[in-house]
Amino acid sequence: MILYELVPYDVLRVLWWVLLGVLLIGFAMTDGFDMGVGALLPFVAKTDLERRIAINTVGPTWEGNQVWFILGGGAIFAAWPPLYAVSFSGFYLAMFAVLAALILRPVGFKYRSKRDSATWRSSWDWALFVGGAVPALIFGVAVGNVLQGVPFHLTPDLMSIYDGSWYGKFLGLLNPFAILTGVVSFAMLLTHGAAWLTFKADGTVAKRARAVGSVSGLVTMGAYLLAGLWLAFGITGYRVTSAIVTDGPSNPLYKTADHAGSWLVAYADRPWIVVAPVLALLGMTMTVRGLRNGGEGSALLWSKLAIFGTIATVGLTMFPFILPSSVDPQSSLTVWDASSSHQTLFVMTVATVIFLPIVLCYTAWVYRVLWGKVTADDITGHSETVY
Amino acid sequence: MELNIVELSRLQFAMTAMYHFLFVPLTLGLSILVAIMETVYVMTGRPIWRQMTKFWGTLFGINFVLGVATGLTMEFQFGMNWSYYSHYVGDIFGAPLAIEGLMAFFLEATFVGLFFFGWDKLSRVQHLVVAWLVALGTNLSALWILIANGWMQHPVGAVFNPDTMRMEMTSFYDVMFNTVAQAKFVHTVSAGYVTASVFVLGVSAWYLLKHRHVELARRSITVAAAFGLASALSVVVLGDESGYTASHAQKMKLAAIEGMWNTEKAPAAFTAFGFPDMKDRETHYAVHVPFVMGLIGTRSLDIDIPGINQLVKESADRIRSGIKAYDALMTIRQDKAATPPAVRQTFEQHSADLGYAFLLKRYLDDPRQASDAQIEKAAWDTVPAVAPLFWSFRIMVLLGFSFIAVMIYFFWRSNFRRQTYPRWALRAAVAIIPAPWIAAELGWFVAEFGRQPWTVDGILPTALSASHLSVGDLALTLVGFVTFYSVLFVIEMGLMLKYIRKGPVQDVAATDEWMNRHHSRLAGTHVMPTASLTPAE
Repeated sequence: MILYELVPYDVLRVLWWVLLGVLLIGFAMTDGFDMGVGALLPFVAKTDLERRIAINTVGPTWEGNQVWFILGGGAIFAAWPPLYAVSFSGFYLAMFAVLAALILRPVGFKYRSKRDSATWRSSWDWALFVGGAVPALIFGVAVGNVLQGVPFHLTPDLMSIYDGSWYGKFLGLLNPFAILTGVVSFAMLLTHGAAWLTFKADGTVAKRARAVGSVSGLVTMGAYLLAGLWLAFGITGYRVTSAIVTDGPSNPLYKTADHAGSWLVAYADRPWIVVAPVLALLGMTMTVRGLRNGGEGSALLWSKLAIFGTIATVGLTMFPFILPSSVDPQSSLTVWDASSSHQTLFVMTVATVIFLPIVLCYTAWVYRVLWGKVTADDITGHSETVY
Repeated sequence: MELNIVELSRLQFAMTAMYHFLFVPLTLGLSILVAIMETVYVMTGRPIWRQMTKFWGTLFGINFVLGVATGLTMEFQFGMNWSYYSHYVGDIFGAPLAIEGLMAFFLEATFVGLFFFGWDKLSRVQHLVVAWLVALGTNLSALWILIANGWMQHPVGAVFNPDTMRMEMTSFYDVMFNTVAQAKFVHTVSAGYVTASVFVLGVSAWYLLKHRHVELARRSITVAAAFGLASALSVVVLGDESGYTASHAQKMKLAAIEGMWNTEKAPAAFTAFGFPDMKDRETHYAVHVPFVMGLIGTRSLDIDIPGINQLVKESADRIRSGIKAYDALMTIRQDKAATPPAVRQTFEQHSADLGYAFLLKRYLDDPRQASDAQIEKAAWDTVPAVAPLFWSFRIMVLLGFSFIAVMIYFFWRSNFRRQTYPRWALRAAVAIIPAPWIAAELGWFVAEFGRQPWTVDGILPTALSASHLSVGDLALTLVGFVTFYSVLFVIEMGLMLKYIRKGPVQDVAATDEWMNRHHSRLAGTHVMPTASLTPAE
């Protein structure tokens, strides 16, 4: 008896599909407000002191939050190698833009207040804005494209090849539906950042964040509903046409699939998944309510629910598809044929079961140590050590 | 695949990886030095050690963020630029990367913020624990990434699966305890410790030359010299361990580094100097040191180390064997479950050489049609460019030994000559600050360039590993990354210099208070006029 066979292959595949969701949601819930704060910086904080208050609400913790993103990359590599290989090479220039924007953040946070010059500081403020706004937008655009299918095909050697010229591939990402989903994610993370600032910042910054957040919260809700309608009536879904083998080898070409019907078939097959959009809308509504009525921690918690519901909606609607191909549906990656091997999934599960709880514990401890609002005194009193 | 795509992808990887490794070694070593300084502070309570912790901690922070920034690219560019590689070996290679994130990145990134922001929010001991956790996290990340890299050098614990057209893991234990990976890990972190020690030594020497911050500088030199001496010894000893493991795992790389064209009678001589010539297949004007190579490579006097010409012959044999595997694979792929057992058996027999058949893909689509001339050509492709390896390696080793000499000298002066340092020695310490970075970059060059033409030794050729991108894609991102990194690098250097010039922030109140208590303990009185005390500096 080999140890890893204790857990069936298909169970591990579903588990890692769930964990992929957990990582994306963990990233959006934590680093999401860091990006939101970056994107809000020019609007909610005008003076240098205000900006430093806003920046320092996330200063000590944003770096740990970003690891959700890095770990997301690593976990996709380990658990879904074909997804890692196909998606990042396919979204090549978009990924480059995301990385370039994200690279600005560590430097922006750390270096901004290390010189007194106003030009120096305002340049880094713009860098932090880009570092927050650009990824927030592009992640949503990417999801919109995944829902429509991406123009790649696999050769018999399982090499992935994209159609179209290099700039054409990039411009093709910016289609109307994808821009709409981009607005969803941008507005959602903006709202999340605003909810964070009302919770964690003091005075004027919190007040302005509340105002911006109530508007962006409504935009999120409107764009989400619109995208839902569009998905229902304007976007063709994908389906597997051969018999589904859940524990076969990870070779997408062993199945057949076509680009027909509606994604919403999923809701007829598994009616319980309607819970995802319901939670998303509930979260969005209550976030706006919380921001308007002066709730602080509550708006942040509701905003987390909105993020959870939104990402879960996408995943559950597409299941078992992970990355459909618009030009060769057979090449589409699904939960059943794009994972790593049985043994690797098992090893990764053991590692996750051991380390993820430890990570969550010490992260919680760090947040507890740093509990409380960042005030003007915190900045002026520790001008040398804070950002 | 177009060759210039592969070359551009390689160039981009080399640039981004080498930029990344400008920041990593200092992070690895300085995190530990800072934690050591804070430990002394917590044990003695002397404010000068807290000042040192904060001062070197600030420089650590400025450097750390660029390690993070350039590291982001590393995590994703395998998928972006090396799509087929990611597919082909992701089942093995991805796991250490993910565990690195889970076990190491979270640790260092979560606590690094608290290190800087937590001085007033934590007790002394708590803050010390945070400092050590940051150091632990950075060093653990090196462990996992070197397990991943070690597997590229010496792929163990994996087998090719014809159904999924990729390598799959058979033993995580073998991957984790890969001898090459373990030797590389200790060699690499030691190199990081040397880098940080030389950095601390050099900056402190500069202060002594300027008669500034003398208390801080003297103590820093004492710590750096002791830590640096241990690390410099370990870097060389474990570099030797790398050589020993390479003699089993990567014979071709070793032969290329040595410029050794023909198998010599054991024990082989070490070529200290010479001009390797790829065309004549000979090393001109070679100066040999008898016995040394045999001792390093095999730790024996009677085991042969094969030369390049012999290894090329072996490669040609493996290419022929690989073609048989390739042929069987094509049948398996066509017939799937209905494949005759004899074909499966042929495949099993030759599948270890499948990668060698892929070397032919540079010259023709179907390796089975290869002519003898093409096989010969592909066999010679397994020899990496000898001269750059030969020279890089020698400069690295020379630098490695010079670090030992420097550290012995400063260790001796700090412990047995009452921390007095002649000015020429201080000037030399400032001058050698860049040297460990040069050594580290050369080391990575030898490791990665020496593995060519493979991304995974003997398994997957580099020419096959790249993504199907366009020159436009690559030109844009290559120029983009290099420009972007260069600008950030210049900004970083500017800030480093600014904070070095500025020196430590003196905490006069804490120093006075400590001196007060200290003196009152000695004098048995509680009254001690603060004004009469000189602060620690």
